[in-house]
Amino acid sequence: MTTTPQAVRRASPRTRRPATPVAPEPTAGLLPQAEPVRLLDPDGTPLPPRADLPAPPVEALREMYRRMVVGRRFDAQATALTKQGRLAVYPSSRGQEACQVGAVLALRDDDWVFPTYRESMALTARGIDPVEVLTLLRGDGHCGYDPTVVRTAPQCTPLATQCVHAAGLAYGESYQGRDTVALAFIGDGATSEGDFHEGLNFAAVFKAPVVYFVQNNKYAISVPLSRQTAAPSLAYKGVGYGVPSEQVDGNDPVAVLAVLTRAVAHARAGHGPYLVEAHTYRMEAHTNADDASRYRDPDEVEAWRDRDPVARLEAYLRGRGELDDAAVAQVAAEAEEYAADLRTRMNAQPVVDPLSLFDHVFAEPTPQLVEQREMVRAELAADAEGDA
Amino acid sequence: MATMTMAKALNAALADAMLDDERVLVFGEDVGQLGGVFRITDGLQARFGDKRCFDTPLAEAGIVGFAVGLAMSGLRPVVEMQFDAFAYPAFEQIASHVAKLRNRTRGALSVPMVIRVPYAGGIGGVEHHCDSSEAYYAHTPGLKVVTPATVEDAYSLLREAIADPDPVVFLEPKKLYFASADAQLPARTAPFGRAVVRRPGTDATLVAYGPAVPVALEAAEAAREEGWDLEVVDVRTIVPFDDATVTASVRRTGRCLVVTEAQGFAGVGAEIAARVQERCFHALHAPVLRVAGLDIPYPAPMLEHIHLPGVDRVLDTVARLQWDDRPDPRWLAQGSAA
Ligand SMILES: Cc1ncc(C[n+]2csc(CCOP(=O)(O)OP(=O)(O)O)c2C)c(N)n1
Ligand SMILES: [Mg+2]
Repeated sequence: MTTTPQAVRRASPRTRRPATPVAPEPTAGLLPQAEPVRLLDPDGTPLPPRADLPAPPVEALREMYRRMVVGRRFDAQATALTKQGRLAVYPSSRGQEACQVGAVLALRDDDWVFPTYRESMALTARGIDPVEVLTLLRGDGHCGYDPTVVRTAPQCTPLATQCVHAAGLAYGESYQGRDTVALAFIGDGATSEGDFHEGLNFAAVFKAPVVYFVQNNKYAISVPLSRQTAAPSLAYKGVGYGVPSEQVDGNDPVAVLAVLTRAVAHARAGHGPYLVEAHTYRMEAHTNADDASRYRDPDEVEAWRDRDPVARLEAYLRGRGELDDAAVAQVAAEAEEYAADLRTRMNAQPVVDPLSLFDHVFAEPTPQLVEQREMVRAELAADAEGDA
Repeated sequence: MATMTMAKALNAALADAMLDDERVLVFGEDVGQLGGVFRITDGLQARFGDKRCFDTPLAEAGIVGFAVGLAMSGLRPVVEMQFDAFAYPAFEQIASHVAKLRNRTRGALSVPMVIRVPYAGGIGGVEHHCDSSEAYYAHTPGLKVVTPATVEDAYSLLREAIADPDPVVFLEPKKLYFASADAQLPARTAPFGRAVVRRPGTDATLVAYGPAVPVALEAAEAAREEGWDLEVVDVRTIVPFDDATVTASVRRTGRCLVVTEAQGFAGVGAEIAARVQERCFHALHAPVLRVAGLDIPYPAPMLEHIHLPGVDRVLDTVARLQWDDRPDPRWLAQGSAA
């Protein structure tokens, strides 16, 4: 076969090299790694360290372990309280401890958290009184804590709506010269809601310091992830909005804390929002009222037991000589104490004041509310007289 | 005194509020450089900079949800929905968060904000640009719902809305934007929760708000020829509602007609009629009647004049307020058919 001199020239590497360097891909730095970031094997064996991702300090990991153990015990206690009729309903986050605790550990106390109903464990890990956290689910109020004090929005049930609040709050804080970061939790199913996308887009356009943290626990009540998206992973939803994104093994506590710490630093440094998808698994049913056997195979759940985040961190810390039997027993005892205290306090019947129904509808009640309040007051007085 | 349009008065109210309170941020779709499709935010970006008045992505839930977060951080958002029907994507944010956050947090977290909505018809707009959406908001506890009918009220009510500790849905009657009147700004008219007698009269009370107020006033003027002296009450703030002024008027006149541009079924007019009837029964010489838009999706421009309550329909209904002590034959016919 003969070739013309021209063709030879065109094929030569020297002429193919462009005169100016190629501009980086417009998606550079936006796309997640092809595989979820992992720093520990499922059995707790450390994987080779990564230059781009500093490992969290070991004190932080010991603290993470402590809060995960206490958190898991809290979660079990809350589920038990539903059986005793003390809670109307409880959505468990068992199996998601690394995500629940890692997220709050990555934040400062003056940062803001925008949780969903799933985040009771995260909120207790943040130091909020568990009785106040459970107010919503006990049914004596909608939100037991003062959001302005604990810098935590009320637990949000209208799916994904909190994503835009986080963008607004974070932008408002930076507008006023404060370096607050907002972290919004969201589930895999809720990423299909419009407000997730509007939140990402607003945060990106306004460069708001928000971390969107998707806990992909594989189900939205009964609906599997395959019905929510055809994307390679939910972390790919950031690139379309110009938001850098990462995916992480959500049952690897070290990786979760490392990735979220980097995301928070990115936001705080003024680079705008960051999206993190954690691959995890909801070990319990959607709530105590749900029957997961109707839609998932018990073998699937069994397989995830081998990837337990608490055991994984314990094994890792033991391997490093940072945890021994005595320390493990001490944390377990603390968790028992925490649960016992919660049990006792939840056994007390909460006091509810019917007339408080009319408080805080508006800053000042309307004349119509004053009238209705009077009606209820009279009804109660008549009831009390009837009882007497 | 100067002659000015309602649009100008609203613009002045925004500018004065931004001047007085640096926490006030104005944003929405096309509100920046363009000044809004109705020019209500005209010049604000040039005057206050693009951090105080700015365009957002095209997403109404995003706009209102963003405002929730800004209010949580201590700012005072004033957002514009471009048109009534295009506020519907934001309804979840409005109903589930804006209206409820104070209550859900037992007063710990309030989200004062103003959601400005150009609303109602009469401008020959194509579909989705003319809805009377007040009932959705008024039916949502936790929202104040305000709608001006005069130029001075537009200024005063908007200033009060921005200063109010609660979220306010501020409904601006599009067809009144470019109607002008003598006005002295900065005006301070009656506060929230106060209805106003726009025209005193002795024979019957017409209760109206927003775009229906000029119709009611025109009808009252025309009614003089028929020998009726009609009083017109402008509700101004649908929430909080001023029962006292409305019932005092009806007790005086003994007859009441509620005029709304919105479709009547399950609407604010129905609520007002029920409240009047509950409070004025013994003073009434006739059932409380309503004149409302038809119970149809807002019609195409060439037919909107049939839909909108006009002076003739108002006067025809006034005629049915049992002036000669005989019951309306229509009620009797219906009764016998049943
Ligand atoms: C707007 C809205 N639609 C429906 C629901 C009912 N709902 C509550 S939780 C849930 C599933 C959400 O799944 P996901 O986002 O994956 O979060 P997870 O519960 O798994 O933590 C649904 C459909 C809701 N709360 N809000
Ligand atoms: Mg899920």
